Amino acid sequence: MAEHLLEVRNLSVEFHTAAGVVHAVRNISYHLDRGETLAILGESGSGKSVSSAAIMNLIDMPPGRISAGQILLDGKDLLTMPPQARREANGRRIAMIFQDPLSHLNPVYTVGWQIREAMTTHGMPAEQARSEALRLLTRVGIPDPKGAMGKYPHEFSGGQRQRVMIAMALALRPDLLIADEPTTALDVTVQAEVLALLKELQRETGMGVLIITHDLGVVADIADRVVVMEKGELVETGTVRDVYKNPTHPYTKKLIGAAPGKGEMHIAQISGEPLLSVRDIRKRYGSFDALKGVSFDLRAGETMAIVGESGSGKSTLARVLLRLDEPDAGTAHWKGRDLFTLSPSELYKLRRDLQMVFQDPTQSLNPRMTVFQLVSEAWAIHPDILPKRQWRERVAELLAQVGLSVEHMSRYPHQFSGGQRQRIAIARALALEPQLIVCDEAVSALDVSVQAQVIALLDKLRRDMGISFIFIAHDLPVVRDFADYVMVMQKGEVVELGTVREIFEAPREAYTKALLAASLDPDPDVQAEHRAARLKRA
Amino acid sequence: MTVSTPDTTITHEPPFPVRMARMLWADKFALCAVIFLLVIIVLALVGPSWLGELATKQNLRGRNLAPFDWSREWVWWMGADALGRPLLARIIVATQNTIMVAAGAVILSSITGTLLGLVAGFSSPRIGQVIMRLADVIMSFPSLLIAVIVLYLLGSSILNLVAVLSITRIPVYLRTTRAEVLEIRERMFVQAARVMGASQNRILFRHILPVVFPTLTTLATLDFAYVMLAESALSFLGIGIQPPAITWGLMISQGRQYLTNAWWLSFWPGLAIIMTTLSLNLLSNWLRIALDPVQRWRLEMKGRKNG
Amino acid sequence: MLSFIRKRSVASLISLVGLLVLVFFLSRLTGDPAALFLPVEASAEMKQQFRELHGLNDPLMVQFGRYVGDVVTGNLGESLRKARPALGVVTEAFVWTLWLAVITMSLVTAAAIVVGSLAAFRSGGFFDRLSSIISLVGASVPDFWLAIVAIVVFSVNLAWLPTSGTGSILHWILPIAVLFVRPFGIIVQVVRGSMIGALSSAYVKTARAKGVKAGPIIFIHALRNAMLPVITVIGDQAASLLNGAVVIETIFGFPGVGKLMIDSILQRDFNVVLAAILVTALAIFLMNLLIDLAYALLDPRIRH
Repeated sequence: MAEHLLEVRNLSVEFHTAAGVVHAVRNISYHLDRGETLAILGESGSGKSVSSAAIMNLIDMPPGRISAGQILLDGKDLLTMPPQARREANGRRIAMIFQDPLSHLNPVYTVGWQIREAMTTHGMPAEQARSEALRLLTRVGIPDPKGAMGKYPHEFSGGQRQRVMIAMALALRPDLLIADEPTTALDVTVQAEVLALLKELQRETGMGVLIITHDLGVVADIADRVVVMEKGELVETGTVRDVYKNPTHPYTKKLIGAAPGKGEMHIAQISGEPLLSVRDIRKRYGSFDALKGVSFDLRAGETMAIVGESGSGKSTLARVLLRLDEPDAGTAHWKGRDLFTLSPSELYKLRRDLQMVFQDPTQSLNPRMTVFQLVSEAWAIHPDILPKRQWRERVAELLAQVGLSVEHMSRYPHQFSGGQRQRIAIARALALEPQLIVCDEAVSALDVSVQAQVIALLDKLRRDMGISFIFIAHDLPVVRDFADYVMVMQKGEVVELGTVREIFEAPREAYTKALLAASLDPDPDVQAEHRAARLKRA
Repeated sequence: MTVSTPDTTITHEPPFPVRMARMLWADKFALCAVIFLLVIIVLALVGPSWLGELATKQNLRGRNLAPFDWSREWVWWMGADALGRPLLARIIVATQNTIMVAAGAVILSSITGTLLGLVAGFSSPRIGQVIMRLADVIMSFPSLLIAVIVLYLLGSSILNLVAVLSITRIPVYLRTTRAEVLEIRERMFVQAARVMGASQNRILFRHILPVVFPTLTTLATLDFAYVMLAESALSFLGIGIQPPAITWGLMISQGRQYLTNAWWLSFWPGLAIIMTTLSLNLLSNWLRIALDPVQRWRLEMKGRKNG
Repeated sequence: MLSFIRKRSVASLISLVGLLVLVFFLSRLTGDPAALFLPVEASAEMKQQFRELHGLNDPLMVQFGRYVGDVVTGNLGESLRKARPALGVVTEAFVWTLWLAVITMSLVTAAAIVVGSLAAFRSGGFFDRLSSIISLVGASVPDFWLAIVAIVVFSVNLAWLPTSGTGSILHWILPIAVLFVRPFGIIVQVVRGSMIGALSSAYVKTARAKGVKAGPIIFIHALRNAMLPVITVIGDQAASLLNGAVVIETIFGFPGVGKLMIDSILQRDFNVVLAAILVTALAIFLMNLLIDLAYALLDPRIRH
């Protein structure tokens, strides 16, 4: 039997931490052949990145320790190789790209230097490395490759940086490319381009690709086979189609069930006066136009989704509406009064009606306050809402409402998981009994299964309490199940505004269509159609 | 549809003092440093009333008595000075002035510096710029030279010494606080407080200051050592504390002329300074880790292994 | 880059004006400069004459204007004791101090970077512990005490090295060695901490994934990033050497600006004292500018 390019056998890795020994991965095995793409699918804490770190010898020991197993590259065990041979395999035989290219590129050296180093380190003469680097930058589609050689990482956009990383990784035509969440931080349209580039390069070089992701859509788009991991264990493996169509393990089923974008769409009932009426908001930062005249209406109990990529101005809009930033022009009438002309004391009163839930609950909760302090701070700021002796009781009520319990009151945020923290943030917003909650990417940082739970919670609040939502997201499928209206933004302008059905089923504008086409579908068959359609158009 | 409670369990942790005590136990160097510093503080409090008389009584027969004469009373074990006064007793008595000057300067400069830093970081950019320029001026001063002149002109007293030392240290706290405030005020939890309608004061004192505080504590500990060294240098030059009051720095200076035949006169007070600054440095290093939620695990892990 | 330098220079200029104000008012701090500048035994008549001669009866602002004019034209008055321009006396001494500071800081920087980097690379190992203890003790020792002990040991008991003066290379060894200790201890700790951060950074992970050897990872990838906070501390330490060598210069009889100042204060030669402060402050300004430049050279992100 021919040897696999890569075979991981019964690998166990543990970490020694304050909370005792953590088994990051336990007894996992998988293999990968040339020309094949294997995806490792898992949520945070699943240990999906650990085996690849072990392959690259990137685990810090201590606190890490490989307690058992083998990693065979062409039949030779990497773990028992001498360090010298191990180091030489890196870059030459196995290469890796990472989630966050900005921090993974050295900020103080030019990208040309960094790509050249990948080659000179393995003995290529400097002159040859220079011309190769230029060829690679051209190949991965960096504009003006000659000029780009002398630029520093911070001078590129996120997508371009990932292309630079890919150029660097492929410099010596490795047999195996490991891609750890390579597109997670990128806009959907850029993500589609980067994945297509990876696919092309794989066809050219015949390398095996090991892709690590939390996103079923990425798996459907690029992988041949998939292994599913949960809490350090491998729970399911098979071809992408088999696993998606006939999942056997309950965790896989839950994961597939939680993928957004499959539920019933809302049908908006148009009635009543607008609660919030926004007209022609403009905002500049220096010479950059963040908002170029944005207008929309929102009625009580409605949900408006604002979708756009980075630089679209969607977050600026949220900040302006909540008066965290001052607009340059425009009006926003809240029940007939312009938010932008309120005096400080009027604004203070109005804060009760308008609340916000931020993207990353780790950062939006003060790390040095307990849950009780966090939630009750609302009443310390607005004492007329609730007398102090009722605070404890009311915090308990709110916690119950968001699915947490009373004994959590004296804990600190870092003791909770990401999803729980977002629930605390929601409880805090509810404490002021608002009529409108602005959710700025409120579920983007969460795992898919947790995402679904939080959206279900928001949906329940909407129905029970009639709260309106402005729901900001970069991803269309997430808003499909939840929104009444969708507003698509690009470069500070409203591209298209319509009911959720209009946007998803009959988009009018090219940009909306492009966004829809670029968003990945978890169903491999549907995604294959998408890709074919996109290629035809291109 | 009901909302299901998420599966993840919540980690338990013991209360703050217990954790700190455990982390201190895990770092034996820091533990020794803390014990030593506690002893120094006690000596500073009781020293003068306890041994004051003994330390000033001249005894001409015991002039420059050599150390390690175990047959005598313990106060003589480090020998005696040129006037026959027991060195150990004098060192203990000098603790009070030494610590008082340093503590006074650190407290004064840290409070002023922190407040100015909060203002510089949180008020309008223009006021911030003015404050920063002022800090620049102080920073680029030859501080020790200025201290020498000011003390010479104003006359040296404990109060002047504290004032001069603290002015030169204000920029350290000011810059740190401002830099941290500028960073923290953009953090999401501060924005969240603003959305709730929190006042400026509330944001500054409830949200920003508690986050800056650990950094400042660490800094102040380190600075205490620095100020002690600066004070002893000034006293050594004869423009700090004036006799008959004593500090460790002054004792070194007084022993200098007997260097060739009675080394212990300068040696012991120097050792006292080293031990104290070393303990402060160790404590500061420990605090830096113990108060940092990201690095804390290092100590907690060690504690587990050892006990 | 040029606009960066210009912006920094303007900022420094503002600080310089602040300094002039302070130096001027320092000289007026006691109320009567005549009492300060003239010998103690001067008669009331002489003081009156002195006041008129130097325009000390004019309004304070007029005097300040004249002072600024004098400073700009480099006229810092006469040294009363040496009967020469104060500026000349000070620059002569300052050259000595500058040499002492430059040599010491070069040695400290080189040694601290190597020791700190190696300690960080194998953090927790034997070398790391050893260097931690040495640097901690080094940072805690009062330099004047060290100077005294060194004199007792090396000059008095062993008679290897001279105690004072500047005659030969041997004269430089003790002052430099004593001045070396504290900055070394402090900078090693900063280098180590900063290097540990840099070595655990994402870009070092990338370098390891490229197969880069340990040497280049430490000294090319990590060190340049880790130097950014270190540079600041080097600047602080150099500044404190420029003004803080007072004690060491006094003990070793080294004819630098620190010793000059102490002597001039004792001899009430205040023109020299003020000139010394001004020259030292200027030197520190220039050095801070250099530090900023080094920052911009090391980190391309700052250049914009």
